[in-house]
Amino acid sequence: MTYLNYSGSRFRGSRFMENILSYEFMQNAILTGIMASVICGFIGPFIVTKRMVFISGGLSHTAFGGLGIAYWLGVKPLYGATAFVLLAAGIIGNLEEKISDLFIGILWAVGVAVGIIFIHMTPGYTPDLMTFLFGNILMASRTDVIITLILLFLVTLPIFIFYKGFVSVALDEEYARARQLPVKALNIGLIILIALSIVTLIQVVGIILVIALLTIPVAIAGEMSMNFKRIMLLSIVFGIVICLSGLFLSYFLELPSGASIILIGGMLLILVKGAKKLSSH
Amino acid sequence: MEHLIEITDVSFGYEDISVIENISLDIFERDFLLLIGPNGGGKTTLLKLILGIIKPWSGSIRILRDVAGRLGYVPQFASFNRNFPISAMEMVLTGCISPQNYLKRYTKDDMEKAEVILEKVNLHDKRHENVKDLSGGQIQKVLIARALVSEPVVLLLDEPTASIDITSKTSLLDFLNELNEKMTIVVVTHDPTPFALTYRHIACLNKNLYFHERGELDAHILENVYGCPVELLGHGIPHTLLKKH
Repeated sequence: MTYLNYSGSRFRGSRFMENILSYEFMQNAILTGIMASVICGFIGPFIVTKRMVFISGGLSHTAFGGLGIAYWLGVKPLYGATAFVLLAAGIIGNLEEKISDLFIGILWAVGVAVGIIFIHMTPGYTPDLMTFLFGNILMASRTDVIITLILLFLVTLPIFIFYKGFVSVALDEEYARARQLPVKALNIGLIILIALSIVTLIQVVGIILVIALLTIPVAIAGEMSMNFKRIMLLSIVFGIVICLSGLFLSYFLELPSGASIILIGGMLLILVKGAKKLSSH
Repeated sequence: MEHLIEITDVSFGYEDISVIENISLDIFERDFLLLIGPNGGGKTTLLKLILGIIKPWSGSIRILRDVAGRLGYVPQFASFNRNFPISAMEMVLTGCISPQNYLKRYTKDDMEKAEVILEKVNLHDKRHENVKDLSGGQIQKVLIARALVSEPVVLLLDEPTASIDITSKTSLLDFLNELNEKMTIVVVTHDPTPFALTYRHIACLNKNLYFHERGELDAHILENVYGCPVELLGHGIPHTLLKKH
């Protein structure tokens, strides 16, 4: 990753932060990381409490198919990913619960297969597969930042508006039906919001690591609070801490950014769990 | 007594296996109806049909106009998502939710009602505790409080005495009797004995439904429903008859 090899800028000192923050790619990365964390904090607690981790994994891998086709067509890969993930979300949301598990598994693999074939068929320069699979937040452009900002509103506003409905359905679906709430619409809505979040997060940590960013901050927050709103808030905070520290770590040590972010998250989770165990003795 | 719910010739099943067939049942004002039958006999299914969670294959379920939307539902104990962190108070508040108000915040009125109900079931001091940290009896009370907060005309309970201890069971029965002075109570149970003193009507459900006035039930009918001799309710006092196999 050549863009990381800035030879002159790696000195320590008071002007260091100022220095790296003046790079546009760093500003973009930081902004994208913060917005992605906010999205994770809003949607992650629902994914974890509703046990939708597998669905989320399926959706994010389906995105690879869209990325591949978009690349082959020569359009922005993010658009292809968005189209594929939304389509998959629509299908999964309309499936009976009994068969959705099977179907998600199939979408997962077929999505990846489509992506591999189309990237293979793309003539000329083949893009770095690793970038799609493991993400590279340091490559986020100003356009990406603006798209992320739009996605941020698209995900968080509906959660503000439909909060009570989403909570009712997550807590007790049968009871929500008995209260005549539009349970099916709320479930499909939530899956679509998850899909939009995944599209955002793919830029940050890539297809394979999306799951981690949706779950690790929530797992850490869950160790500290049993209040759903507070878990959302803490997830945002921990998401930002993890994203930014992973970002700086990858910059310092020239490591892949997505993997650095996830590893920091994993270590923080172990630390928090360990500290909690110790303090309870 | 006035009819609140009229179920006429209702059939329903899952996929193509029929679960209940041609059931007719009227539920009266201030009735105390026991819905008994073996597991898989369709008891919970019938409750869900009444609540409109599922639609019948055929037949009709008529709910008196001013009762519609005022059905309180206490689902089976294990049915809610224990994985979801929520306090007793918030859980009770979800009982105020309706299609008309679910986009708005809870009102002051909702909050007050929830507090009053929690007081009534002696859980006011536990209102900020997480539901999953409460005992079985306390969780059952939270579920009942959630159903009561919408001020229902009919309260439908699914296996309310399962998974609670004897003391909680007794206080639950007293509480249901008290509620029965103001509202209709429908209890689905595979163990009707605790309700022997209070029930008014009893319906035995095993695909088909047999409806009885108090005291009318005899061993023959129960044998038909369960397919084997069973414990039997008597007149007024709970005496248990058990024929030899």
